[in-house]
Amino acid sequence: MAKMTKEEVIEVAHLARLAITDEEAEHFADQLEAITNAMELLNELDTDNVEPTTHVLQMVNVLREDKSIPGLDRELVLKNVKEHEGGQVKVPTILE
Amino acid sequence: MSLVEKTAAQLQEMIHTKETTIAEMTQKAFDRIEALEPKVDAFLALNKERATQQAEEMDRVPFAERGPLFGLPIGVKDNIVTEGLETTASSRILEGFNPIYNATVVEKLKEAGMVTVGKLNMDEFAMGSSNENSYYKKTKNPWNLETVPGGSSGGSAAAVAAGEVPFTLGSDTGGSIRQPAAFCGVVGMKPTYGRVSRFGLIAYASSLDQIGPITRTVKDNALLLNAISGHDDKDSTSANVEVPDFAAALTGDITGLRIGVPKEYFGEGVGEAAKQAALDALKVLEERGAICEEISLPHSKYALATYYLLASSEASSNLSRFDGIRYGYRTEKAGNLLEFYMNTRSEGFGDEVKRRIMLGTYALSSGYYDAYYKKAQKVRTLIKKDFDDAFEKYDVIIGPTTPTPAFKIGEIIDDPLTMYANDILTIPVNLAGVPAISIPCGFADGLPLGLQIIGKYFDEETVYRVADVFEQATDFHKKTPQTWEGAAQ
Repeated sequence: MAKMTKEEVIEVAHLARLAITDEEAEHFADQLEAITNAMELLNELDTDNVEPTTHVLQMVNVLREDKSIPGLDRELVLKNVKEHEGGQVKVPTILE
Repeated sequence: MSLVEKTAAQLQEMIHTKETTIAEMTQKAFDRIEALEPKVDAFLALNKERATQQAEEMDRVPFAERGPLFGLPIGVKDNIVTEGLETTASSRILEGFNPIYNATVVEKLKEAGMVTVGKLNMDEFAMGSSNENSYYKKTKNPWNLETVPGGSSGGSAAAVAAGEVPFTLGSDTGGSIRQPAAFCGVVGMKPTYGRVSRFGLIAYASSLDQIGPITRTVKDNALLLNAISGHDDKDSTSANVEVPDFAAALTGDITGLRIGVPKEYFGEGVGEAAKQAALDALKVLEERGAICEEISLPHSKYALATYYLLASSEASSNLSRFDGIRYGYRTEKAGNLLEFYMNTRSEGFGDEVKRRIMLGTYALSSGYYDAYYKKAQKVRTLIKKDFDDAFEKYDVIIGPTTPTPAFKIGEIIDDPLTMYANDILTIPVNLAGVPAISIPCGFADGLPLGLQIIGKYFDEETVYRVADVFEQATDFHKKTPQTWEGAAQ
């Protein structure tokens, strides 16, 4: 597979919402390249006629009756919120 | 009077004969934790006040209303949420997080009357094989304080090995119960996927994660699995199957049992000491009537790559919820929302977590999805089929748990691929979803080695039966590490 470049790492980090410095990107590029190279091993296998496994057990959607049930208490939900006001979560500016 | 080294049955006997009380036992557990923590560093938050109060109330419950685990102390891995008791998954991003509900397993421990004494250190978000990835502390192996306890449930295994608590819960995504159990010389079970509810387990890789018990003996392990198993409406992947009495499966009889011995588990990358200890263990089982035959699990060598692609992909999705908005760590440096997310996450996550998030994001990104993620899902089918085929002829599959005994702290932390190779013998089991246990089976240079017994789907009973026969025939589980000397009993 393709060599993992520093630029690719910066792009992937941005997609994953991780801020990284140039120096970190270089370090991660080396490590991730070694890791993705090791993953190349799978290409030895012909899997054209193999179905993918998403889950090991036979599973079906679990449905319940469509009726309202009480959710969590607002005070409890806000217990771990660092900044809140009037029962609402405070965040930095969204629109410039 | 010493409470360590005692089984659940012996502790109950001591309570019934008034040799001790639940309150005294709880106090002694905290005394021992206090005495040993400076060396072992297994615990994060302690639950002393509530546990002490709970223990006193429990002493007043009539004997007739008590089960086999009633009043006994337990430690819980820190990725399992506990109401009112700080839960961090050993990550800075959850520093100070105080859950508002209990995981289903914690509710079940309460129903069984167990006393939660504290939370146990781990690799951050269960990513790691040495406990060196914890943001808070590095847990040491009680057998040699310069070596790692394994991971990611390293705190859970070390606490049992040090005799701080007789019971702990861990979680296992690619070996995270069995590898530390092997390194610390204790018994660790990864149940069948779906056997135990994952509700309240902070998700790493949802199609692989499973909670399980760590104990000193096989019987105690079976008792604890009895307590935590069962279908749960709150976990749509929990299996709606009957839960047998696992402790009742310990009949001591393995006559005619068919054991498959995979040649791949004794091949390249597996150390001589681990191979020899497993071969010696197989002889013990043969002497007790089992039949061993060499088998092949031909896709074993592809398991590591398959696992890291799938687990990292699932992790990149699961860990996207940590954004600093509703709970946990929040950056101080942010002009707008995007900077807020990015700074919170890079300051809150450690390097290994970042590596896996990036690997997963890469594997799932357009252009690479088929080549990496889907390819790995297909190879997972082949690995699962290896087990399905083997279990048509054999009752259990046995080999070493890990390629080597515990390694030195700091030795391989900067080399992710070498670290990942620790799990080559445990990962295939998670990909297939079958149950497996690690039990003590020998020593190398004073460090424990583990024997892995793998069973059919939902056949933990046979796994426990074989493990118990081996334990009864050997003394490995009775050995205690040097940290015990001079510690409060």
